[in-house]
Amino acid sequence: MLELRKDIFADERDDNLNEVGKGTQRQDMLGHVTGTSTYFNDHKLQGMLHLRVVRSTQPHARLRRIDTSEAERSEGVRRVIRGADVPRNLNTLLSLINFGKDDEPTLAVDKVRYRGEPIVAVVAESPRAAAEAAAKVRIDYETLPAVFDVEEALKPGAPVVNETYPKNAFTYHERYDHQKLRFGDVERGFAGADHVLEQRYQMSPIEHAPVETNGSIAAPDTNGRYVVYTSTQALFFSLDTCAKILDLPSNTFHFIGGTVGGGFGGKVDTLTEPLAILAAMLTGRPVRYVLGREEEMQFGPPRGAERIYIKDGVMRDGRIVARQIRGYFDSGAYTRLSSYAVVKCAAHLPGPYTIPNVHGDIYCVYTNRTPATAMRGFGITGMDFALECQMDKLAHLIGMDPMEFRILNAYRDGDMKAHRREAKNTALIECVQVAAEKAKWPIREEFRRMSSRKDGGGARAAVPSTPREPASARPAPAQQRTSYDRRLPISPSSEPPPPQSPAPAPAHGATRFSSVFGTRRR
Amino acid sequence: MAKTPLQFRHNGRDVALFVDGGTNLLVVLREMLGDVTPKFGCGQGGCGACTVLIDGDAHLSCLTLAEAVEGRAVETLDGIKSGPTLHPLQRAFADGFAAQCGYCTPGMLMAAKALLDKIPQPSREQVVEAISGNICRCTGYEPIINAVLAAAASLRASA
Ligand code: FES
Ligand code: FES
Repeated sequence: MLELRKDIFADERDDNLNEVGKGTQRQDMLGHVTGTSTYFNDHKLQGMLHLRVVRSTQPHARLRRIDTSEAERSEGVRRVIRGADVPRNLNTLLSLINFGKDDEPTLAVDKVRYRGEPIVAVVAESPRAAAEAAAKVRIDYETLPAVFDVEEALKPGAPVVNETYPKNAFTYHERYDHQKLRFGDVERGFAGADHVLEQRYQMSPIEHAPVETNGSIAAPDTNGRYVVYTSTQALFFSLDTCAKILDLPSNTFHFIGGTVGGGFGGKVDTLTEPLAILAAMLTGRPVRYVLGREEEMQFGPPRGAERIYIKDGVMRDGRIVARQIRGYFDSGAYTRLSSYAVVKCAAHLPGPYTIPNVHGDIYCVYTNRTPATAMRGFGITGMDFALECQMDKLAHLIGMDPMEFRILNAYRDGDMKAHRREAKNTALIECVQVAAEKAKWPIREEFRRMSSRKDGGGARAAVPSTPREPASARPAPAQQRTSYDRRLPISPSSEPPPPQSPAPAPAHGATRFSSVFGTRRR
Repeated sequence: MAKTPLQFRHNGRDVALFVDGGTNLLVVLREMLGDVTPKFGCGQGGCGACTVLIDGDAHLSCLTLAEAVEGRAVETLDGIKSGPTLHPLQRAFADGFAAQCGYCTPGMLMAAKALLDKIPQPSREQVVEAISGNICRCTGYEPIINAVLAAAASLRASA
């Protein structure tokens, strides 16, 4: 049973917690143990058709020709769907909150940008008929050079992955190719430090691998609407995304979800619903589109890879005096949510420590990999892995106990954070103390007596003077143009666009994402 | 396509139907008999979500050709309650928080039942071995293993 340390911060809490610390039955548990919880795929509808997607076998290629004639004649096929059949083929997920440009097709039309990208959908009487017909779709690829490494992708001459962002980096506020954090002067900090440690960290992509794969069933309803059973973790978000892609009012759809067979962030991208609904619209029949396990692994979005460089200046007595971070998020071929993860990551720097000089640059980079998405704390988790590895190395370097080293540098109430907000309700010191105690890890008395609520503020509350950088750093290099790009109008001007005020936040909802607008709440 | 006649016992009830060649047992149960308690997780023997009992042994229904169960007894999660009363395994899973999303649960329960039917008082290692073909991505295996052992204990108490 959970042990609650009510002695910590006792004065901040009315002790009226009735449920925390007690075992409580999940409301859906009885359904789970009797097998009666209804997942999307447990619905069987009369006359249901099955949708299968033909996917790119190439990480980067121009589509010279797509021949579906043989597939259309294949037994049991009711409909073959191409990009031109999708009312608004291009979308970006966060366009619902006015963030980012439409950069991703539902079905690829003239180019594919990652292996597994959907190109054609086949709708047939049985899963087998759909699979057999899908195998008859002929696609003629013109292979393009591909880039799989975030730093390679930013170099001059790298292949352009996604023409919406021709420099292979997401553009913030129409002009910035990364998120910046500047607080104090790291160069001066390094110059005065006893030791400087610079390290490179790489976190690989991570697949959520839910036991239930992504999928949905869409069916014409009796009132001209469409009912959609879906595995989505984000029911209304998916509904609105479908309304946009299918160019219909959102009340056309009745989404039914709720019981999700594991998600962890891998079921927020509206992967299957638009095509399932479109197929139901085009055939007048219920349509099921469910990913196989291989599709889930290849096409299902992972937590994106991150490459992180950390350079720290540390004093012999254990104080970190400067921290410089460069991070690259691998968004894969399209934006999805990585642009937002980068904002979150920049907001997390320099970790839960009070450091007087902080310098951060975080990039959202396009590569020819499967687009990345949310997963349990994305934007933070990878950076924390790097930061905490770095903390251990720093402690080792100066010969200090790693727990005590963290306690010493932990932020305390009243400290100024690198974002120029006062730290409040901090508790890292207490967490480390309890962790040490549980692990029977000896820490010295003076560190056991330290508190998040003592010795913060004062000089630690000051905003250090921060040198301004020369306006507009070097213009980002032009990437190599592929034969595909040459057919596109290329923006004639190499001038940076005029400064623009950030897009206003929509008046409704979406407060969780408010930070992406750079607007201040409160 | 020529269909093959097939008869077997499904949770104590005789069923007869015609199947296409190559159809697997999971499809027969879910799509043809409407028993959706076995789940599809991979269709390739990797996850155990589709586990059912065939003549008392745990099998992956996604890898079992339907014709192979001709004349045999197939048991799924749908058949393990007696009337409204939960099976001790179901009770123990519910009490022990041994499910979160619940998608692996039918397969876990059937793998565990195959074990307890043969070895009513298994060791922890035997429980681990019995569910080693079943993947759970949410709950973690500890509560599941503990629930199986708790069910074994309650079966002993009521024996
Ligand atoms: S569905 Fe049978 S083992 Fe995964
Ligand atoms: S409870 Fe979700 S996979 Fe086991």
